Amino acid sequence: MKTVFQRPRALTDKPFHYCPGCTHGIIHRLVAEAIDDHDIIENTVGVASVGCSVFAYEYLNCDMQQSAHGRAPAVATGIKRVLPDRMVFTYQGDGDLASIGIGEIIHAAARSENITVIFVNNAIYGMTSGQMAPTSLLGQKTATSPLGRCVETNGYPIRMSEMLATLPGASYIARVSTHDAKHVLQAKKAIFKAFDVQKKQQGFAMVEVLSTCPVNWGMEPNEALTWVKDNMVPYYPLGELRTPAKEGELNA
Amino acid sequence: MAKILMKGNEAIAEGAIRAGCKAFFGYPITPQNEIPAYMAQHLPEHEGVFLQAESEVAAINMVYGAAGAGARVMTSSSSPGISLKAEGMSYIAGAELPCVIVNIVRCGPGLGGIHPAQGDYFQAVKGGGHGDYRLIVLTPGSVQEMADMAREAFYLAEKWNNPVMIMGDGILGQMMEPVEFANGPLPPVDKPWATTGAVGRPRNLINTLDIMPESFEKKNFALTEKYQRISEAEMQWEATNTEDADLVIAAYGIVARVAKTALQMARDRGLKVGLIRPKTVFPFPNPPFESAASRNIPLLVVELSAGQMVEDVRLAVNGRVPVHFQNRMGGMVPGPQEILDRILELMDQGGGQL
Repeated sequence: MKTVFQRPRALTDKPFHYCPGCTHGIIHRLVAEAIDDHDIIENTVGVASVGCSVFAYEYLNCDMQQSAHGRAPAVATGIKRVLPDRMVFTYQGDGDLASIGIGEIIHAAARSENITVIFVNNAIYGMTSGQMAPTSLLGQKTATSPLGRCVETNGYPIRMSEMLATLPGASYIARVSTHDAKHVLQAKKAIFKAFDVQKKQQGFAMVEVLSTCPVNWGMEPNEALTWVKDNMVPYYPLGELRTPAKEGELNA
Repeated sequence: MAKILMKGNEAIAEGAIRAGCKAFFGYPITPQNEIPAYMAQHLPEHEGVFLQAESEVAAINMVYGAAGAGARVMTSSSSPGISLKAEGMSYIAGAELPCVIVNIVRCGPGLGGIHPAQGDYFQAVKGGGHGDYRLIVLTPGSVQEMADMAREAFYLAEKWNNPVMIMGDGILGQMMEPVEFANGPLPPVDKPWATTGAVGRPRNLINTLDIMPESFEKKNFALTEKYQRISEAEMQWEATNTEDADLVIAAYGIVARVAKTALQMARDRGLKVGLIRPKTVFPFPNPPFESAASRNIPLLVVELSAGQMVEDVRLAVNGRVPVHFQNRMGGMVPGPQEILDRILELMDQGGGQL
């Protein structure tokens, strides 16, 4: 019988611990598929961050390092600099990457560190039970913005992809979403490409993946997907913000 | 091999390169700037990686990544920078990764000043970062020792899979002395746990997280047991004229140099003064202090701090003999006469029977 669907080699058989309706599982699978499609599982070192996805190392079936909160791009830099022919990626949430680790990600991009960053943005701190993130939308109610995020107190949510895309060192920057099957397939392509950029030694590549947190958003899973489409996508527009320069040219 | 005139900071860097250091990640801070500058110039000549990080925090996490990937790696900084690295040091110790961290100590607290001090003893020896962990801490007393201890630091780090700190001070880092590099590179060490890509083996994981108390407690006890074995195996000290002494000075680093001159001045006056110079402060060398206590010899601890190593000396002698203390702070260093005056004061008081 022909196999039409199976677990990627790059995923372990451990069941995901993620909450019902959380899209981390989908995104893990997309990363694993990209690793399989590039056939790099034995040549890849991943870096897990702090947050719900700290346990990414339980699921992604390659060599992994778990890093301190926000420091994954620095840890990945250390690995890549001493093992330049290995594929190195980080998997980070928005609290990790856009808040406590904003320095590390900006400088990894500025150096055009030849790594792949998977940035999962669900506009909230999930693991610590729903605090406001730097990416939380205006008006969004969280444990630490109970009346809704307001400009006067909390300022504006950060568009990381747009910000990093201003850096010449950022070779590939894309924002994708997971709110329906069509967008999941687009996300798959972007993640594949972000590894491809590294494979071709074209420099820093990041895919921002819009994601859900139904439990901390206080929504049903379906409602959460709709919320991504109706509220996150308008503030965080999808698409490729930067693609690598042509061979022999520097990034603009 | 001929001796070379070098700054202490350069001697550490050259010693590290010769030992086989292959990666350096650091951030500018005085008074250790010669180390990254030397590494930037010379490490690439030896197929090594030099990278100036965007912060102390990033630098220590780059060390974590590179150490986890199996590289012989180091960083250096000075006191305020070491505070920033403390989080990373806790992770590195927890993940049991070998690396070398240099602290060319300046005075604090806060931004303090750029002059020499020993106020980071507690931070280096008792923790600094969170959780139960230990650094192995080496305290050089000369430029030659800075070169030698750079090599030894990598040896110990790889022997115990533990971060090792070389704790110098602003004078040792900046002063020049003749130095000889007699030893070759350390032999390569097998690191089967390193994340180098899982070719023909199960995947490797470098991790410090364990949310199950039952298993994490086992990890804590295993670390504790390792630190105990390190304590038994790796104590180092230099004892000078302690056999017949009526008073023994205890000092490390640059202060021990001054104390040695004071000791000679005292001996010239017929006063039997000895010196214990710890070369490791974790593990703390208890035996020479126990020996002094068992012979009822009082101690004078001299430090560039408000009184930090003196606590370990008091623990070592456990109340059996008086432990006196003399200090300067804020970047000030006692001269030999100042220490001699204290020796005279103490010995006059007690007439050798303090």
